[in-house]
Amino acid sequence: MIRDLKGIYIIWLRDIKRFFRDKPRLISGIARPSLYLFILGSGLSSAFGMFGGREGDWYIDFIYPGILGMIVLFTSLFSSFSIVWDREFGFLKEILVAPISRTSIAVGKALSGSTLSLFQGIIMLFFAPLLRIQLNFFMIIKICLLILLTSFALTSLGILIASRMKSMQGFQMIMNFLVMPMFFLSGAMFPLKDLPKWLEYLVSINPLSYSIDAIRYVMLEDKTFLVNPLYMNILVISIFAVVMISAAILVFNLTD
Amino acid sequence: MSVIISVEKLTKKFKNLIAVNQISFEVNEGEIFGFLGPNGAGKTTTINMICTLLSPTSGKAVLNGHDVTKERNQVRQCIGLVFQDPSLDVWLTAKENLEFHAMIYNIKSKTAKKRIDQILEIVELKDRKNDLVLSFSGGMKRRLEIARGLIHYPKVLFLDEPTLGLDPQTRNRVWEYIRNLQERENTTIFLTTHYMDEAENCDRISIIDMGKIIAIDTPENLKKKVMGDIITVETTNNKNLSKEIENKYGKSVFLYDNKIQFEVDDSERFIPQFIRESKEDILSISARKPTLDDVFLSLTGRKIRDESANSMGRMRTHIKMRRGHR
Repeated sequence: MIRDLKGIYIIWLRDIKRFFRDKPRLISGIARPSLYLFILGSGLSSAFGMFGGREGDWYIDFIYPGILGMIVLFTSLFSSFSIVWDREFGFLKEILVAPISRTSIAVGKALSGSTLSLFQGIIMLFFAPLLRIQLNFFMIIKICLLILLTSFALTSLGILIASRMKSMQGFQMIMNFLVMPMFFLSGAMFPLKDLPKWLEYLVSINPLSYSIDAIRYVMLEDKTFLVNPLYMNILVISIFAVVMISAAILVFNLTD
Repeated sequence: MSVIISVEKLTKKFKNLIAVNQISFEVNEGEIFGFLGPNGAGKTTTINMICTLLSPTSGKAVLNGHDVTKERNQVRQCIGLVFQDPSLDVWLTAKENLEFHAMIYNIKSKTAKKRIDQILEIVELKDRKNDLVLSFSGGMKRRLEIARGLIHYPKVLFLDEPTLGLDPQTRNRVWEYIRNLQERENTTIFLTTHYMDEAENCDRISIIDMGKIIAIDTPENLKKKVMGDIITVETTNNKNLSKEIENKYGKSVFLYDNKIQFEVDDSERFIPQFIRESKEDILSISARKPTLDDVFLSLTGRKIRDESANSMGRMRTHIKMRRGHR
């Protein structure tokens, strides 16, 4: 057991070290969300303003948690790219032949992905005052916990896919195929009210919808956009997380 | 000597290919054991099975008393591996790569620190220990990998084509180091290669071709088993001498380049007697030991690097070899 914990720690530590050493990745990790937030957010909110009705500013408030969810989605899923990378460059063998359990490798990877997502999420939270979004300490703690839970689940999904992928290109393809629909159908960009039935169905099977719903509610302390009760959101994400990490562990144990 | 690896009828089938076919062999503790064969013969597949990286289709392998399919972690703890392809993390420094390895093999950090310093000195990378592996040359990476494979004092060190793609100078250094290690730590070394000259460094060689072991023995015995020594003589009158050899010793001779070539069982004893009793003036005489190249050629009908030889060609070489002409 202690051996497994140590294994998890080693796998985690290496991924974290590598992330902070890879400057372009670090910079793009910060640049992408700011781009979405400031350009898309500002652009769309003035569009909403033009159509009259509520002040356009509400859209910034609305999209901010959505962008946060997007960052978590991207970082989590793509952090499992390290597995494909390690396979391509041979380092995966060094890990697979080491006397640590496959379970601890999978869990270590899932935790490092969640840590990186949390880190990027926290960077995003620094933008909040600029957008006149008020956050207090407890809200930040709650948001961080939600991010951790969500990213743990999503990273596990990434690991599940990555452990079956032999090529980098294949992985990129699958990921793009998965990331975009998950993002669009998550309620990050538009409110999930009065949607056509088919769209509502697609949204409801997307685990990210529940995360963003929960984060938005905690952040804005406003039930206007809330789709499900908070406890239900947390329950759905938790179940998703447990299923995904179990599947990832299983697949990793079967990997030769 | 005790047996450290024993393999019994080990088989690996891929979809429509039998990569390793019912091979059995034993490796003794402290020896340098070599797997020699052309690319695609099944060397790496066999190593991967013994190293727990690949599950065998059937058969059994036991390493240091642990079954490689049932006690994977115990097996992993007592082996070191240097892969055919590089397997370092280039975004970590040399030292960090070794630290990672030490941690993952459960070595106390104090001990690890000492060993890392020691081993970096041996592989002459001490002054580069804080540089990213990204900046290392091929030879340096290989040396670092060998160093890494040794950090946890493995009972068996597997080297899959350890000197592939290295320049001759580095190759020699790597070999010097391997032999040193074997003497000092009594580490068993299991390596694969398709370089003949490299295989001669081994205590015992197993020749593998198309997933089957076709011979296991010391390099000397293997060479003896196949044929004797090859003798080349030059005289003022080659014709007379040829007749003399054929009549007196019953050997078939082969003339080329104005020299006579023939085969004897034991050249050390043959040459003095031959010179004493020869009626012709001998200008020069030389004996050549058969190389492992000759051995592989005679066992499989192919040169080890010659992967495209067709069956007809194999047949021809085979017949030639049987007659003792080359």
